[in-house]
Amino acid sequence: MYPQEFYESLKRVEATRKARLNQVFPRLSMEERSALLEKFHPDYKKETMREISVGISKGEKTPHEFADLLEAYSYLDPKRFVIPAPKYEVDVLIIGGGGAGVAAALTASEVGADVLLVTKLRIGDANTTMAQGGIQAADKENDSPAIHYLDIMGGGGFKNIPELVRALVNDGPEVIRWLEELGVIFDKAEDGTMLSIHGGGTSRKRMHPCRDYTGAEIMRCLKDEFLDRKIKYIEYTASIELLKDNVGNCVGAVLVNMETGEVFTIKSKTTILATGGAGRLHIQGFPTSNHYGATGDGVVLAYRAGAKLIYLDTIQYHPTGVAFPEQILGQLITEKVRGLGAQLVNAYGEQFIYELETRDVVASAIIREVQERQKGVVTSTGGGVWLDTPLIEMKFGKGTIQKQLPAMYRQFIKFGIDMTQEPVLTYPTQHYQNGGILCNEFGETNVPNLYVAGEVSGGVHGRNRLMGNSLLDVLVFGRRAGRHAAEKSKEISKIGEPTLLHLIDYHSELKKLGIPESRRSPMILPDYRPQEFRGKFHFLSKLTEFNAERNNI
Amino acid sequence: MMKDFARIYIMGKEYQVPRHLTILQAIEHAGFLFVRGCGCRGGFCGACATVYRMRDSYKLKVALACQTKIEDGMYLAQIPFYPGNKAEHNIASLTPTTETLCMLYPEIMRCISCGSCSKVCPQDIKVMDYINAAIRGDYKKVVELSFDCIMCGLCATRCPAEIVHYYVALAARRIYGAHIMKKAPHLDKRLQEMKEKKFDPELEKLMRSSVEDLKKLYASRDIEP
Repeated sequence: MYPQEFYESLKRVEATRKARLNQVFPRLSMEERSALLEKFHPDYKKETMREISVGISKGEKTPHEFADLLEAYSYLDPKRFVIPAPKYEVDVLIIGGGGAGVAAALTASEVGADVLLVTKLRIGDANTTMAQGGIQAADKENDSPAIHYLDIMGGGGFKNIPELVRALVNDGPEVIRWLEELGVIFDKAEDGTMLSIHGGGTSRKRMHPCRDYTGAEIMRCLKDEFLDRKIKYIEYTASIELLKDNVGNCVGAVLVNMETGEVFTIKSKTTILATGGAGRLHIQGFPTSNHYGATGDGVVLAYRAGAKLIYLDTIQYHPTGVAFPEQILGQLITEKVRGLGAQLVNAYGEQFIYELETRDVVASAIIREVQERQKGVVTSTGGGVWLDTPLIEMKFGKGTIQKQLPAMYRQFIKFGIDMTQEPVLTYPTQHYQNGGILCNEFGETNVPNLYVAGEVSGGVHGRNRLMGNSLLDVLVFGRRAGRHAAEKSKEISKIGEPTLLHLIDYHSELKKLGIPESRRSPMILPDYRPQEFRGKFHFLSKLTEFNAERNNI
Repeated sequence: MMKDFARIYIMGKEYQVPRHLTILQAIEHAGFLFVRGCGCRGGFCGACATVYRMRDSYKLKVALACQTKIEDGMYLAQIPFYPGNKAEHNIASLTPTTETLCMLYPEIMRCISCGSCSKVCPQDIKVMDYINAAIRGDYKKVVELSFDCIMCGLCATRCPAEIVHYYVALAARRIYGAHIMKKAPHLDKRLQEMKEKKFDPELEKLMRSSVEDLKKLYASRDIEP
């Protein structure tokens, strides 16, 4: 139910709806796009970023929130901590249980490797599950991997790493077939033809949806297949550091059982970080569409181990996060809503941007409309613009929303808002980490035997990812990293002795900079308790005792 | 009590929390740190299934903690884990016969049509109806009815026949997707073309192009209406 003060604006939106139905707001030129981004995109606010002062990518910029985690000490003191004998020794260790991690586990096990997957939440508690709109792949007659390539480069500001983009577009069709064989139910016509739609920045309709549960449908099938294959896994266990041998190979990780506090190590021939994104850092105070565990842990672990960063100064703000009701502030309203014809209009019922520009551009236009032009709807948490959802049913008929957007419908009707009758209020939300750990097309980082896959990695999406390319990304690069890491593990006969030597230099750099020792990372979980309850997480307490004991000796 | 606050009971203990919060936010506000019982915070993962009743009422209700606003007098408990049995199978070798689901999950035959599962579903899915469809081997019906399932597990907690509904539905959907639905014909064609490396020259050419040339190509590309 909307508050009374919204109704004047709602009436205006309703009054202009019919006239707008077939109106298309003109697309912006390249120059107009750049100008809009520079003035309004949150990434362009200089004071919100700083140069990273430690480690291998020193001097590169990143938001303060990320820099605070990178310029922080490990929970382990490398000079005192005695590395326990490994609890498990495996060929391939996978850290992270989302789409990339599980896809990697499947291919690695197919190659015959002994795989262990660890995750700090449950398998499938990941942004993959929350992806709604669809997965891109160039598999239709009028489309090609080259056309897909060009869309991606344009969306990414032409900064993408070409070899990674090639891998993404070329593996696309094969990944879709793999999903079909796993039993994923895409929206299809009787004869099997995919019902595909546009996403922001696509020149062909190549978004393949499963209603608006695309990621959830893919993830539950992947997870089920993972369980069927009896691959080993441990849930509710956080990785807090990577281990390296004395010649610099990654040889495993130090972990904490988040229920018992047990600290243990896993020794592995190869390690894949598939830890996902960082929405829960709430960069610049934005709300987020991300899941609970999206705290950037993998970037921190890899960086301390010496892996290079790329484009960690580019954060994707999804244009249409929920702006009302505040209980679900920042949650995602899928781009599919715009793909189906819902327009963005201001408080006066006027269009102000073509809805399917790339996400960075649409988000900037909404911020301009609300902040500079003051034409947004004011709420207790800020403001927003309308996403005029009733247009969808005017275009495609009654029942379309419940059929194609059941999750969205459900989300709003629980708060008394019927999106088939009334528009929904929206404002950008922190959605995706465009950059991350640099890797090649097999997911290899510059740290030997350390791989990355999915949102933790960077380069493939350049400076801005297109809708539907992250589901593709996690599957393409998860599968590639899994396969490659498994093959590589066969070449390794003996795993080197695990050390934390890489932390010694890192810590002394931090000390020299005067960074207080109380600043530790990775974050592991966001802490939403009131200030007076916050403090060290209970599951890290054994770690402190362990260090204290060592002090006594 | 201040008027903007509500009184709720988390596992029997009383707390006063701001009225506008969701159950999830309210539990955090009371001082709890979630390890289990919290996942996507967006209604998609089923991690925060919650059972509650109102003060002075025997009626048990359910909710996803992340999608539900608190009310005064809620007695809340979460079910962060439920030990449901999953039948292990090899999807490629399963056949979509009428009996397959009953072979994988014979307990579905024990359904007494009590309707507890449907009543308890926070997604308002007609769970009992799809179990009946599963018994009949009507895959399409199971898919249709169960698609929006987020596998929170509440149905299984209430079932007197010890059915794990969400795994039955998942098996039915995977069998339907893999063996009954037609594979995309355009995908067959594209995979063949990929095998022949039909698009490689065009792609290589783009990879060698300068950013200036790419920008021009991008700006002038034709867009499917």
